[in-house]
Formats: sequence, C-alpha cells, structure tokens
Amino acid sequence: MIMEILLNKPGKKIILLGNEAIVRGAMESGVQFVSTYPGTPASEIGDTFYKIKNNFYFEYSTNEKVALEAGIGASFSGLKTLVAMKSFGLNVALDALLPFLYTGTKGPTVIIVADDPSCHSSAQSEENSRSIAYLAHIPILEPADPQECKDFVKLAFQISEKFKIPVMIRTTTRVAHQRAPVKLEKIIIGDTCGKFEKDSKRFVTLPPRVLEMKKELLEKIEKIKAFSENSLINKIENQKLETPKQSKLATGQVRNWKLGIITSGVSYLYIREALQELNLDLPVLKLGFFYPLPEKKTQNFIKNLKKVLIVEELEPCLEKEVLRIAKNVNCKLQIVGKKLIPEVGELRPEIVTSTIAKFANKKYKFAICNLKFPIMKRFPQLCPGCPYWLVISAIKKAVDINKVIFGGEIGCYMLFGNPPVNLQDYLSCMGSSVGIAHGIKKSTGQKIISFVGDSSFFHAGIPALINAVFNKSNPLIIILENQTTAMTGHQPHPGAPIVPNGIKIEEIVRACGVKYVKTIDQINQVEFINTIKEFLEKPEVSVIIARRPCIFVAKK
Amino acid sequence: MSKKLDQFNIIIIGTGGQGLITLLQIVAEAALSEGYDIRTSELHGLSQRGGSVEVHIRFGKKIYSPLVSQGKADLILGLETQECLKTAYFANPKTIFLINKHIIPIPLQKSISEEKILGNLKKFIKNISVVSANEICQKELGTTVTTGIYLLSLASFKNLIPLKPNSILKAIKKIVPEKYFELNKKTFELAKNYEKGQKK
Repeated sequence: MIMEILLNKPGKKIILLGNEAIVRGAMESGVQFVSTYPGTPASEIGDTFYKIKNNFYFEYSTNEKVALEAGIGASFSGLKTLVAMKSFGLNVALDALLPFLYTGTKGPTVIIVADDPSCHSSAQSEENSRSIAYLAHIPILEPADPQECKDFVKLAFQISEKFKIPVMIRTTTRVAHQRAPVKLEKIIIGDTCGKFEKDSKRFVTLPPRVLEMKKELLEKIEKIKAFSENSLINKIENQKLETPKQSKLATGQVRNWKLGIITSGVSYLYIREALQELNLDLPVLKLGFFYPLPEKKTQNFIKNLKKVLIVEELEPCLEKEVLRIAKNVNCKLQIVGKKLIPEVGELRPEIVTSTIAKFANKKYKFAICNLKFPIMKRFPQLCPGCPYWLVISAIKKAVDINKVIFGGEIGCYMLFGNPPVNLQDYLSCMGSSVGIAHGIKKSTGQKIISFVGDSSFFHAGIPALINAVFNKSNPLIIILENQTTAMTGHQPHPGAPIVPNGIKIEEIVRACGVKYVKTIDQINQVEFINTIKEFLEKPEVSVIIARRPCIFVAKK
Repeated sequence: MSKKLDQFNIIIIGTGGQGLITLLQIVAEAALSEGYDIRTSELHGLSQRGGSVEVHIRFGKKIYSPLVSQGKADLILGLETQECLKTAYFANPKTIFLINKHIIPIPLQKSISEEKILGNLKKFIKNISVVSANEICQKELGTTVTTGIYLLSLASFKNLIPLKPNSILKAIKKIVPEKYFELNKKTFELAKNYEKGQKK
C-alpha cells in the first residue's frame, strides 16, 4: 500500500485509510518536516511517513510535547511542518501549543489530533479535542472521510501559509480508520533545509509583548472567520440541490425550510445515510471548520428554520455555538441536540437514523434480532509468548498480591488490569504510575509496585522518578523494557536496539540518583522473584529493569 | 451481479490476530476493481490484542456511512464461532452467515457450544452455513494462517458476495505480501474445489 501512496498519478483513484490520506495530503502540499509520537488512532500517520522516509525529515519524538516543539523549531526555520498525535498527546503538547499560537508560524504548520470516541483503543478518558479551540484559539478543521482528510490537510497548509498560524485537523477513530477511494493529485517535493532568521519580536513571548501577541492572534482569528464564511468546506446541502428550483442556493439565499440539521466530521456520513434510508429531504449545514465557525452562514441557515437538529459526537460544542448564534437571528428556534443524541460514546448510523426520524416525526422501523442469549466478553490479552507473562508469574510468586498496590499506566501492560491477571489498582496517563506511586507512598507507607514501559519511561516517566528520589519515597518501580513501543505497532524509541547507540535505561536511572537498580531478564525467575522481595523492603526508591524483547522485536 | 447494486454490507468478525484487516482490504480492492464505491471501518491498537474484532465493509453505487447499521448486514463472515453471537446485532432474517467451525476459548470461561450458538442464531436467521475452515486448511495446507482467505474465497464461489472470484484473487495478489501469495492462491483454489465438490 505504501507504494501506492507514493504513486505520482494525478487523477487516479486508490483506496486509502484516513491516516494514509493525511500523509498523501501532506505530500501533495510539499511537507518538509514531520514529527510524531504514536498513539491509536493516529499511529499510522507516523508509521506511513516512517516507511516512506523520502524527501522530508521524519522523526518519532520522545513525547508529543517534544514532537510539537521540534515542529515549532522547523516552522520557525521556514519549513512546511506536520505534527501528529492522538487526543491525549495534545494534552501533553498543550504547554508548547499555546505560545505557538501567539508567535504564529513561519513555515506553514498543520497539527493532526485523533480522538477516540467510545475509547476503542484508549484508557484514561473519552476526549473531545475540539474544546482546545477556546483555550488556544487554534483553527480546527474536521474531515468526515479519507478524501476530506487529504483535501483538508492541503487546505490547512494553505490557511497556515496565508494567516501565519498553526492549523489543527481533528479526526476521530471512524475517520482515521475508515477506508475509501481517494483521488490523487500531484506530489510536491520540498527541500528539507531551512534557515532561522532572528526576529525576537516574532518568536519571543516575553511580557509586555505577549499581550500584543494575544491581540494579534484574536485579529487573525477574525480574518480567518471571514475566510471560513466563504470556504466551500462549510456547505449547505439539500438532496434536491440539482433541481432548478433550488439553484438560488448558490447565492446564499435559503428557501423557507422548517427543519434543518447541522453537523461536522463523520456524523455527516451517518446523516446522509439516514436521510436516504428515511427518504427524507432536509437541508444540512455541514461544517468543515469547527473553529472559527462561519457565523453568517450559520445565521442564514437557521434564520428561517423552526427546528434545528445538531448531530455531533461527545460534548455539545456545536450546539452551544448555535444556541449563541440563534439568539440574534431566530430566538424562537428550537435547538435539539444532546436531548436526543448521546453525549457518551461514538455515534452509529442507526442512532442517527432513529434520532432524525424522531426529529422529523417520521416512522422508522426495521427488523432487529432480539437475541436473549448472554454474550461473553472477550478481553484483549497479552500475546502468547509475551515476556510480560514472566513478570506476572514472578510477582505472583514473590508477594501476596492483596498486600501490595499495583500501579499501571499506558502500554501493553495496562492489560494487567484484565482478568485473569488483575494486577492493577490504579491506571491513569503515561508516566503517571510512578508519580502516583510516590504520592501514595508519602500518604500511606503501603507497599507499591509501579509498572512503566520503556517507551513510557522516556515519554514521561523520568521526571516522576527524579521526583520520588528528590522527595524521598520508596516505591518499587518495574520498568518493562521490551525494546519497542509495542501497543501502537512497534515503533522505535530512544532505547530500542534498532537505534544506534541507544540510551541505556539503567544509566538514566542511576543518574537520577537511584541506588537500588537491577537489570534482569525475567526468564531468570528465581533472581527476579528474589529481587522483588529484596527491593520491596528498601528505604529508598528501587528499580528493576525487566529486559526481554517483545516477541515481535525478537522475530525481526 | 449487475452494477446497479445499491449497497452490499459485510461484517467480518473474529479475534485479534486472525487477519481481519487484510480480508477487509481484499474485499475493498475487489469492489473497487468492479467499479463500486466503498467505505470500510476497522479498529487498531488495544482492541486488536486477542480481543474481539469486528470490521465493516460496504460497497455499492454510492456509500456514505463506513459502519453497517443495525440489522443491515447482507453477509456475516465469522472466523470464530462464539463471536458470531455478537454480530446478531447487525443481522436481519435475510442475512447470510458463513461461519468457521472454530472455537477459541476465553480464559476462565466455559466456551459456548456450537449447538447452542447455532440454535440461538437459527431462531432468527435462516441462512447459516458452517464450514470447518481451520480443519480443512490445516489438513490440506499444513497451516491455518489463511483460514480467513479460505472463508472469503468460499463466500465468493458460493455467490454469497456479489464480486467475481477472479476479482477476489486479483485483490489477494495486490494486498498479500508477494512471498505469501502462493499459499493464498492455494487456499483460494482449495475453496473453489470444495465448492465444486459440494455442487456434485
């Protein structure tokens, strides 16, 4: 499939995954610098760039904040830059993101953020990254399918170039992991050599300049709002659009409809499916821009409506906007959104169909299979042969698991929380198992074993380890070194063996001031068990590095 | 099958590691080669690690949603027998089930017997075929790695899927890594011969 993405055949249609279409869009824009940290459902963006590795600089960074900072440096140096991450990555990167909006871009910059409604592949929280718009004032585009993924990336680069501002593309699982035919256009090959030209007025966010910068940012957003009003990606659709009667629509005039629907992202596809299924003919305002919203276009759309249905996944962001906009133009408008559409979990076509049926007072019935038989739950499991099984067996032999607290976090080892293993008493974000273990230790003195993967350790575990040493607590930390970023598809990290002169974790741990450090291949069960017993009694932080490669690394 | 086909909805269900995404890519390529619009949906990452996996493939004149709606599946391919119970959500009385006779136990749980699974499905669905695809592949090819390809090929030879077997074979060639193509082609032929044998 990689070869196909590389085909420079304008006009040819090929099937692409949403994430692959993002890569193609970047290549058709002449991208020069790409950085990422993997995370489902964004991982294939980085993986595809990594496999292509041609005509642009690519890196897997240690975490999303660092990836964004690298991207900011590239943009300051004039390069066309793309940074990709999953929803939680945006939280990590946020500290670097906000000032980037103030400085603005030099090289056009696009940031891809993939949300995972329904948490198919996400522990920790169900995040709606659209909310970042209000905090960061970053323009956000929401594609619905692979074709739009490609087109919107190109548009985002254009917006970034025109307004000197980073632009975010927000996808969701059903967009990122949707396959559909995509029409190819010409690939542009960029140069990877930029130049940083000193311009402190532009790149230094020191007060009092910082408040001027904020003012400039808000002015930019007003200009982008005007751009958004005229953008074709915010479109009003009616299924009979092609008939002469409605041709007036092109002029922005909207005929006297009573019901209408407003939506963005993948929900749009469910709406089109539903209208076809229900044989209904309702106008739809499909917003490609989530922020800034085209207010005038929205006003025009709702001013003659009696009722409008807002179809969006998760929190009612669009609904609140429409509520605000309607006050001035149509205060009697009934706005229906989360009253009928669930706020938790992703939408499905049948949910949208039955909601629209209710909204439009249309009967909708279909045969459903009422299977009363209890259906078993099949939890994801560690792979057969996974080296983590040996860690589990050693722990179960070394301690009474009811008397020890087990700290989990993000990686394959979060599956320790599933039956039959059940070795997980708390689970939060990357790197947090160590930080939280320290807090529990300081509060209770109870025994704790905290797990952290190698990629996670590099990502966010090191500051927490230093904190535990500095503030003197004594959890036992087991660093599960499987020499890859396994959960997201085996990407390399700074300590992975494929990295020349890879960083040795034990050297970092010692440099952090930890005295009790042992690296053990967990196949040596007796040594592993004895070390767990010994280290749990230590008055200071202790670390066991369980070094045995993931079976997929070992195979290579 | 005529090009006027409005839509055809397939669900493939199994467990992580059974190669469902490869099957999805093959069907999508075959459908594209026959001039259809296509949309599919799949999951990656956590959900793949031996958990239940369900992929959606839709093709036809014009397709919008990447997900199959409740009760709208035309064909359900089940690579693991117990998992098929979960797809009942997508079935209607006309849905065709092609099920691999293969039970992968769930840790600490008693597996549901094939009789119970089929008995329950049959209360609602008439058209259910069960094939010992794992057993046949193991016996004839010495491996079960291409079981999914066998089931998909069989679906096409049985005309359960409105795509020409040759389109499926071409798509296999395009999607499967070259070094595994011979094994996959053999699997495809095996399904063809099985179907011929059934017809006699």
